[in-house]
Amino acid sequence: MKPAPFEYAAPTTLDEALSVLSRGDGDARPLAGGQSLVPMLNFRLGGPATLVDLNAIEELAFIEPTADGGLRIGAMTRQVALERDPSVRRAAPLLAEAAPSIAHAQIRTRGTVGGSLAHADPAAELPAVLLALGARVRIARRPRDGESDGRVERSLPLEDLYLGPFFTALEPDELLVEIAVPGLRPGEGTAFEELARRSGDYAIVGAAARVWLRADGACEEAAVSLINAGPTPCLLEDAAATLRGVSPTPERIEEAAVAAAEACEPAADMHGSEAYRRHLARLLTTRVLLRAVGRARERVA
Amino acid sequence: MNEVPVTARINGEEWSGRVEPRLLLSDFLRGTLGLTGTHVGCEHGVCGACTVRFDGDPVRACLMFAVQIDGHVVETVEGLTPDIEGGVAAASDLHPIQRAFHEAHALQCGFCTPGILMTIAAFLETTPDPSEAEIRSALAGHLCRCTGYHNIVIAVRRAADLSRGDPTAVADEDTGP
Repeated sequence: MKPAPFEYAAPTTLDEALSVLSRGDGDARPLAGGQSLVPMLNFRLGGPATLVDLNAIEELAFIEPTADGGLRIGAMTRQVALERDPSVRRAAPLLAEAAPSIAHAQIRTRGTVGGSLAHADPAAELPAVLLALGARVRIARRPRDGESDGRVERSLPLEDLYLGPFFTALEPDELLVEIAVPGLRPGEGTAFEELARRSGDYAIVGAAARVWLRADGACEEAAVSLINAGPTPCLLEDAAATLRGVSPTPERIEEAAVAAAEACEPAADMHGSEAYRRHLARLLTTRVLLRAVGRARERVA
Repeated sequence: MNEVPVTARINGEEWSGRVEPRLLLSDFLRGTLGLTGTHVGCEHGVCGACTVRFDGDPVRACLMFAVQIDGHVVETVEGLTPDIEGGVAAASDLHPIQRAFHEAHALQCGFCTPGILMTIAAFLETTPDPSEAEIRSALAGHLCRCTGYHNIVIAVRRAADLSRGDPTAVADEDTGP
């Protein structure tokens, strides 16, 4: 057998799962869809003492529209649900647009939204897309010594989850349980594009954008994120700042794209040099911003 | 080693037993059940050879543990022709997708084939009349190093026609090298 031995727990409720994690002395790992964790176990790149299988916890798998036109997405929602659920297309078209680019269809049937966020792979689509959307994550744990009973929860902007390469603000006894995606406002548009050598491969570079236009056509708010262009999933604040308060003309968009290409920190590997990746960052940022602005204009009230 | 009880429906039959948690679904199917139609290639989810259906959806059997099928339904390539037991199938016994692959010469070494068949079985249920682009997109999660995919695409198209009961479906568009 390939993975090293581990204790296996298959809780059916969130509270049960949190209890197992809190008893794990830091060496219990949650198993979500397993599409990144199981390969690591197969190669023995990791060997937690206990695996806490979250797949039987039905309360963590849901997509619910919110009053502000956004979505609440349970952490164990399968990635394929982003393609299948019509409410995602309405409330967060960027998620629906990016979902088919996440690995292969046979991975998306198992892989989960929360698992992808918590894995913190800078080459993954969902962290970048949900960063561009301004998503927040809800995190839960059991009380620690001296704390009163009940579940302890906190909520973070997704940006604050990412501290370093594959390294998040999640403590070993904590579980990412829910993602909140704000609703798309009138005058707001989004777009996604990535370049991969083959369908289903990790992107060499990818980009996601969100642009919010005022009635006078000026940009009220913008967000640009890049895939595989730095050590962590990242927002390019310099690029967004270039657009704020001004009319997003092609020249301004080009400026924003140059800012994104300068600010990102891509690493060279066999699929592309650092210079090539910066070139792609500029090109793809231009494309997604142009498309996002076009879509935002269609939605200006 | 702590074994865990598992009850699951596999190719239409209920199976109950105990498995070690670290046993991969792919190794369980091959080693424990002798269902060696499920092939093991890369063991990290890239090649697609181990693809089976889990509650109807195509999944990588190498990225699941056997314990995780408890209470669920698994179908492997053996389940496509449930009536054949141990013997060699006559062409007429084959599932329409298998027939189409046979007739369109869509396999050479055959290592990738079982996984592709399971993906296509699920694909044709949701996309009974696929375009070539849809077929190519559906095949994207499978590596085939022999055929160049050309005849596989033709076979999937033919499988769609056969599955929809079109007996005039032709395989002779191009069965070249």
